[in-house]
Formats: sequence, C-alpha cells, structure tokens
Amino acid sequence: MNFRIKATIVSAALTASAGVAWADCGIESGSVRILSNDFVALHAVADWAGKCASDTVEVTRNQTEEHKNIQVPALTTNPASYTVAVVATNSIVPLLNDGLIRPLDEYVEKWGDQLLDSQKIVVDGKIMAIAFMANAQHLYYRKDILEENGIDVPATYEELLAAADKLKSAGVMDAPLASNFKPGWNVAAEFVNTYLATGDNFFEPGSAKLAIQNENGLAVLENMKKMLDYMSADWATFDSNSTRPIWEAGENALAIGWGSRTSEMIAEDSPAPEIAKATAFAAAPTFNGNSIPAAALWWDGFTIAKNISDEDAEASFRAMMNGLSQDMLAENADAAVWLIDGYEPAPSATGVIANLQGGARPYPMLPYMGLLHTALGDNLAEFLQGKESAEQALADVNAAYTTAATEAGYLN
Amino acid sequence: MPHKTFMAFIWPSLLAMILFIALPILSVGYQSLFIEHEQIVVVSENCGPFGCTKEASVDAEAMAELRAEQPAGRFNGLDTYSNASHLAFDEIGEIFATSENFGEIRNRIMNLPFYKALIFTLAYTFIVTPLVILLGFIIAIVVNSIPKLLKGPVIFFSLLPMLVTPLVGSLVLFWMIDSRGIIGAALQTIFADPSLSLKASPALTWVTLFVYGVWHSAPFAFVVFYAGLQTVPQDTLESAMVDGASRWERVRFVTIPYLMPLATFIALMQLMDNFRVFEPIIGFSAAASATSLSYLIYNDLRAAESPLFGSAAATSMLTIVGVIILLLPVLRRNWREFNRKT
Amino acid sequence: MANLANRKPPSLVFVSTAFVLFWLVVAAFPFLWTMWGSFKVEGDFFSRADWMNAITGPVTQRQNGSAFTGAGYEGAWVQQEFWRAVINTSIVVFFTVVISLTLGTLGGYALARSGFKYTFWLLMAALVFRAMPHVTLVSGYLLPFFELNIWGYLPTTIIVLVAINQPFTLWMLHSFFLSIPKDLDEAAMVDGCTRFQAFRLAIIPVMWPGVVTTGLFSFLLAYNDFTVTSMLLTQENATMIPKINSFLGSTQEEGKVMYAVAAVVSAIVPLFVLILFFQRQIVSGLTAGAVKG
Repeated sequence: MNFRIKATIVSAALTASAGVAWADCGIESGSVRILSNDFVALHAVADWAGKCASDTVEVTRNQTEEHKNIQVPALTTNPASYTVAVVATNSIVPLLNDGLIRPLDEYVEKWGDQLLDSQKIVVDGKIMAIAFMANAQHLYYRKDILEENGIDVPATYEELLAAADKLKSAGVMDAPLASNFKPGWNVAAEFVNTYLATGDNFFEPGSAKLAIQNENGLAVLENMKKMLDYMSADWATFDSNSTRPIWEAGENALAIGWGSRTSEMIAEDSPAPEIAKATAFAAAPTFNGNSIPAAALWWDGFTIAKNISDEDAEASFRAMMNGLSQDMLAENADAAVWLIDGYEPAPSATGVIANLQGGARPYPMLPYMGLLHTALGDNLAEFLQGKESAEQALADVNAAYTTAATEAGYLN
Repeated sequence: MPHKTFMAFIWPSLLAMILFIALPILSVGYQSLFIEHEQIVVVSENCGPFGCTKEASVDAEAMAELRAEQPAGRFNGLDTYSNASHLAFDEIGEIFATSENFGEIRNRIMNLPFYKALIFTLAYTFIVTPLVILLGFIIAIVVNSIPKLLKGPVIFFSLLPMLVTPLVGSLVLFWMIDSRGIIGAALQTIFADPSLSLKASPALTWVTLFVYGVWHSAPFAFVVFYAGLQTVPQDTLESAMVDGASRWERVRFVTIPYLMPLATFIALMQLMDNFRVFEPIIGFSAAASATSLSYLIYNDLRAAESPLFGSAAATSMLTIVGVIILLLPVLRRNWREFNRKT
Repeated sequence: MANLANRKPPSLVFVSTAFVLFWLVVAAFPFLWTMWGSFKVEGDFFSRADWMNAITGPVTQRQNGSAFTGAGYEGAWVQQEFWRAVINTSIVVFFTVVISLTLGTLGGYALARSGFKYTFWLLMAALVFRAMPHVTLVSGYLLPFFELNIWGYLPTTIIVLVAINQPFTLWMLHSFFLSIPKDLDEAAMVDGCTRFQAFRLAIIPVMWPGVVTTGLFSFLLAYNDFTVTSMLLTQENATMIPKINSFLGSTQEEGKVMYAVAAVVSAIVPLFVLILFFQRQIVSGLTAGAVKG
C-alpha cells in the first residue's frame, strides 16, 4: 500500500516535471499554432505539444470539427494562420494539391530520431506528413451469441452472411447485422472498403479515369444489397452514432464498425455491461475469394504549413515531436491505435491490428479520390432501396464523378 | 425625402449588405463561369504507414504558376450550369429521345441529382408554406382569445419549436420517432403495424420532414399573425356584429381581409426559407430519400474533401433564380401597389 | 359592447381550449421531454430497450444510485466549460440585435418615407440577397477574412450576422414604419426640425412595438445560427450552438450526447426567465406590432 502511494507520488512528480521542463523541448523561440480535429487522442497530442510553451515560445491551438473546411484558406494566407495542420489520409489531399505544406525531411533528420520509418508519409520522394495514429473499420461480434449458435467468427463476407442468415432463420434476431449505410460519406466508405478487398483499383493506372464499372464493382454492390436482408429497415440512417445504441440494446450480433469507436463498446461503465463483456473484435471480412480484409486503412498525422517562417516551422515540428513523445504515449496508450514506437495494443485495438496484419489496403491518397467518395455517397442509396439496378448505380456514380473531375481539372 | 437624406439614413445598412451579400453574390456568379485549370499530375512512389504504392499527385508548383496567370481558372461559360450535375440539358434531351412512355421519362429525370433535389425542394416549399400559414393563423386566433394572465406562458411555449436549436431538436425528435422511441412506438400502436418505421420508407421520410417543417416554422407565422390581430379595428368588428354577422362571418369578412398583407409577408419569408430547406435533411438523416438544392450546395462545399466551388456557385445561382421565380407573383403585386401609392 | 362581442358559446370555449392545449403539447412536449431526460444518463434517455426507461431511469439508477443525475450539467458546464460559450453567445446576440435594429430602423424608416422608385428596387434587391444560401456566403468569406486577419473574432461574426440579417430586418421595419402616419414626422419638420430630429423626436417614441417584434426574430437568428458561427469562430470564441455540436460525436469519437442535451436545456431556461420578465413588453410590442406586407 505504502509502496503504491509512493509510486503514485513519484510518477506524479515525473509528470509534473515533464510539464514544467520545457527545456526538454529545447526550442529557443517561435510560434506554434495548431489546427486539428476535435477528439481525445488529438487533444492529448496538442496538450503535450503545448508543454513546449515558454516565454519565447507561443503555442496556441484550435481544435474543431470544421478544421477541414478552414484549413485551406487558413494556410493560403502569408503568413499562414496556423503552423501545424493535423490531417488524415483524405484531408491532407487538398493541402498537397494547393502546395500549402512544406517538406519535412530537413526537420526529420535533425529532430525526428524518435520517428519510425512507417510514420513518414512520403509523396513524390519528400516527407510531407508525420502519421501518428491509425484507424479502420472492422468486424464487431457477440462472442456469446455466436457460441450459443455454433457459429465461428466470420472471416469472409460469405461466412458473415451465412452467420447472419443462421441467426435470422433461427429466430435469434430479426436484424443481426449492422453497417454504416447512411447515404453520403458513410455508405461511400463501405463501398470503398469492400472494393479495395477485390484487389482492384478505382482508377485506370496513372489517370483520373474511373475504373469501377466492372464485375467487381457490381459484386460489391450486390454484396451490400444482400447485407440489407439482415439489417434493420432503418439502415439508411446508420452511422457510428446511431448504430451504437442498437448494439447496446442487443439487437445486433455482427457489425462493421470503426476501430476508433471500439473502446466505448467494451467499456466497463457501458449502459449494457453484459453486452459490453460479450463484445469482441476481429479483422474485416475478406471478399470474393480474395485474402484482403475489406477495410480501408486510415492514418492521422500532422503537416507543417509552407507560408510561415523557418523558425516557426522548426519550432512547430519540435513541439509536435514532444506531442508524440513516449510520455504522451504512456499517458494515453488507450486513446487510439498509435503508430508511435513502443505502442502496445489494447484489447480495443484488436480489430485494427488484425486488419493491418491481414494486409488490408490503405485508403487511396489520390488527388481525385475525394470526388469519387462524394459521387459514391450520393448515388448508391437508390440502388440499395431497390429503385434502380447495380449497373445504373455505377453509371450514375461515373456520371457524377466525371462531371466533378472535369470541373476540378482532372479530366477533359 | 431628398436623395441625400435618404442616403444618410440608409448607408450603414446598405454598406453592410453590399459588402457581405452583394459582392459575394457577384463573385459567386463570376466563379460559376469558371472551372479549375487542367491539373498537372505526376506519378511517383508514395509511402505511408501501410506500405508504398505508385500513386498520382498534383504538381503544386506548376499549378501555382497556372493560377498566378489566371486566378479564376479556365473560362467555361454556362457549361457548369448545363452539365449532368445541374440542369443536365444533354441528358434530358437523350431521355426524351429514347424513353418509351411518360413513366420512364419521369423516372429517368428523377434520377438526375439536380431534378431529384428540385422536386423535393418544391414539394417541401408548397406543402409546408400553406400549412405554416394556416396553423399559425389558427393558433393566433385561439391564443388571442385566452385570458390575459395565461398569454405570456402560452406565447413562450408556442415559441419553443423555434427556440430549441434544430441541431438538438432534430436529434431528440429523431430519437423519439425511432421505431423504439416514444412517438414511433405510439404510431405503431395507433396504426397496429409493428413494422412501421418512419425512417425506413421514402414516403414516410418525406412526411416526417414536412411535419417537422410545419412544427418548426408555425411559431413564426403565429407571432406575426398575433401581432396583426391586436390591431384589427374593434369598431369594424362591432358594427359587423350589429349587422348580425356570426362569429365565423366576422373572422371571414373582417379579420382575414385585414390580415391578408401579413399573410403575404409570411408567405414571402416562408417561401424563401423553405426553398432553402437543409437542416432537417441532415438532422433526420434523410438524404437517402430526400435531397434539396441547399443539400447539394452543402455536399459540394463541405462534405467533399476538395470543395467544388464552381458547382456550388452554379447551384447557388440557380437557387436564387428559383426564389425569384417563386416570388414573382408577390413582387408584381408589390410593384403595382407601390406605383399606386406614389 | 366589447364584452358582448367577445362572449363565446361554451362549445367554442371548449374547442379553443382543447386546441390550445393540443398545440401546447405539440410545441412543448419535445422540449419538456428533453428537460426531463437531461437528468438521466444516455442509456436511459436514448434507450432502445423501452422508451419508458427515459421516464423511470433504470440505468441511471444502476450507475448513479438514484433515478436522477446532474452529470450532464456538470460535464457540460464544469468539464467542458460551457459557460464560455454562453458568454460568447451573449456578446454575439446582444450586439447583433442592437446593431441590426439600429441600422434597420434607420434604413427601414428611409425606405418607408422616400417615394422614389429606387426604394422599391432596393427592397427587391434585399429579397434577392436573402435568397442566397448562407453556406455559400460563408465559404466565400473565409479567404478574405484570413487575409485581413479578422477571422475567428467575435466582432467579425457579429458584423456578418448583422449583414445577413439586414434584409429581413429592413423589410419588417419598413413595413412597420409604413403603418406610422406620415403626418407625425412631417408636422415636426414643419415646426423646423431636420429629418433626423423629426425621426428622433416624433418617430422613436412610437416605434418600440415594431422594434420589439423585429428584435425577437433578430435575436432568434443570432442565437440559433450554426452555419456562420461554426465556420467563423475559433474554438475558444465558439458560441453555444457550435459548442453543443462538438458534444455530439463523430466517426472518430463517441459523443457526449447528454452534455449536449443538458446544454440545450440550460440554454433555454434563461430564455424562459427572460420572456416572462419581458412578457409585457413583448406582448404589447406584438400588440401594436402592425407588421404589414
């Protein structure tokens, strides 16, 4: 007992000393202004970067869900309003397209010893961003229900549908399956996940021409349609927020959900503790006889603005290195699937790690991927509602994408 | 009033509107005529946490040069307006040329994003606006007749649908209409249909949005009508009564004509607001069955990683044109009235 | 006589009372439900097992030992510092309403008293201005605001809200001034007043009712705005609605929905007090409101 109290005091003292020891950051002067999304893991990183603040080093931050919408104008001005923009696989693209962020090679060499090679996002031979956490969708399942009904954890979509069918026909559940099929960003993400698992690419090599109007594209759509047989009639409203209470009410046994939302599902203080205890995670199912998990891998990372002084850029990089330090990791190990050296996966990370090990493919970081994502999000609902054929849906996606890509200058 | 005095009074207001609305509208209109420069794309080995791939990326420096020469992009005339995501003239021509019957024409036009959104927008505008006016009028008449003491609280509670921010209002309502929520469960009992779900069927989603629209805007009509009711000349009412007019006749022949200008005002504002319907579509996750013009703009500007400014600009200009067409009858009436006055 | 005119048959009293009650339930029930639910935990208020849980609160009972909890309020106000947002909102709303009304009364008065054709076209232009979707406008503001280094501050947002609100304010106040007899200010001018003195001495004393009604709507616009405030303010300057939105969660993170619910309730209760307090002004403002289209 005594010993434990002492240990707590010691660790508290350590934390406190890390807090005041800005000398650790060693930054002489500069201004660090962070723009990021608004969630716990990013708060932790920004907090630790903020510990570099001193009389001569200013660290400010703006953490908002609107970061995506303000980052381009905010970094376009000279000097840029922010020195650090925290981005994800998709939101780095507009910054790259407009040339608003600077290569980090120089700083990585000088101050980035702690970084793993896998953290460096290299575009056209230059390090443009430092990734620090990963995310992906994967399978959520109910151990208890699968066991009771003699079902193995599904590893393929065929098995997943068979399992759902078994549960439904046995009368265990009306709608054993859930997946984020809400039109817009969510349903498009599901299409992307499954299409990646076919091994095909979305575009013709080296071109912005869409290449999903093929058998694989149709197979992906047919598979989504089959999933609907085992999903609630309300599927068109399903996103991470709306499916969670359904899971907690015990109405699903199988779901495709985000890795970043797993810890709340198995939390001890969950409103449904029995269900939380019986919830487990696995890699996303594979599709169509391929061995690739049907999940796009995402990273979150930081970039440094181009239109700022070199002094501020260096100060920003070093502050962010403190933000990604081992001390930060030790305090926030469960907050995310970190890509930082020394990270030990928590139980909530099993799904994402299994995806990584299974060889899931990254979300394509292409300049025109966002246009396709929007086109997919707008044009799949009618097919899923049974109002049009899969061929027509893909033709609609193609038309919407082509119009958008022409306007954006990628196609003629 | 001399021009000079007029300007002295109105310039602050005018300045604010010119700076923050008129100039942006002009720039949006200008922007809608342009598309982005042809992108210079390089293919190279890109690496990240999940391995390396040969991928395309934009040559930002070369693009910067292009933009320095011609900041607005490539001139595209009205082509953005006529492309497949907007008025889709080519597609419509083809649909009329190749379709066999009216049903097919209708279905294929409804499959074009702009027209799909336009149909819902118009349906919403023309169903919600009259209902708002009617409901607001009835509430105003009834509230006007209750004892004075109760008026304050009743007015406050009547304003609640407007006061609760749509963000959370729709969240709570969305939950209440869930098949397991209090309203959803009640409806299932009333219609004796355990599979009834307001979220599942497109038709019921439309109805839900209409009901929400009326609920949310009725307080506005109520307040305006209520204010108007206070000024209905009592002597006219009394002389109508002396002439033996029944209660209904007094409402019909005195109150309603007196409130007509107010109804026009409400109709004007409501037509506009409803034509820009957007928040309930997001709040009720209704995009599968209902999209509106504003939703299309939002999609181009916010939902996308790289905003399509030209496309959003074109839809915005079309929205303005749509509003002007809608308001034309009202405007003509105002013009005639204005001329009569002067 | 008036009494006689207003005396109603019992059946009508019954019907109208029933209607008022029905309307009150429809209008207020979702809010009262929210208010009640704000003292529960999320598992109860948003329970799928049985909506009765929102009333009885079994999960709240299990997690807190009592059927009510102030956790949502504590989380929102203490942990998430919702009071900052409340202060910001108060500043934004106050100045937006005051500035809107000042500009609007001056402009509306001029529009109502000038007989030239351009006043008609100005009013029409204001209508067209109002038709512009706000999200397009706001996206256009971002780059210039960052360049001028005025992005993120409360005054910028206030001016934008005033400008966006101006067409509506002008229309409403213009209609109102039309209903004030011209003789009033013209008599003052015959007595040697300038136009502005006439406005100040003859019009200002009688214009309050119209101003109150218009002010109510300006207030609601500024108070409920999300499009403008979420895009133009930094995190620390955020007003209530964007702040509440940040409680709702995203793909990355579980929402703290009960914080949002508690925040909404605590944002509305002061309004209730305000409205009760100003009840007489508002009702009499509406009474003489005479807004004419």
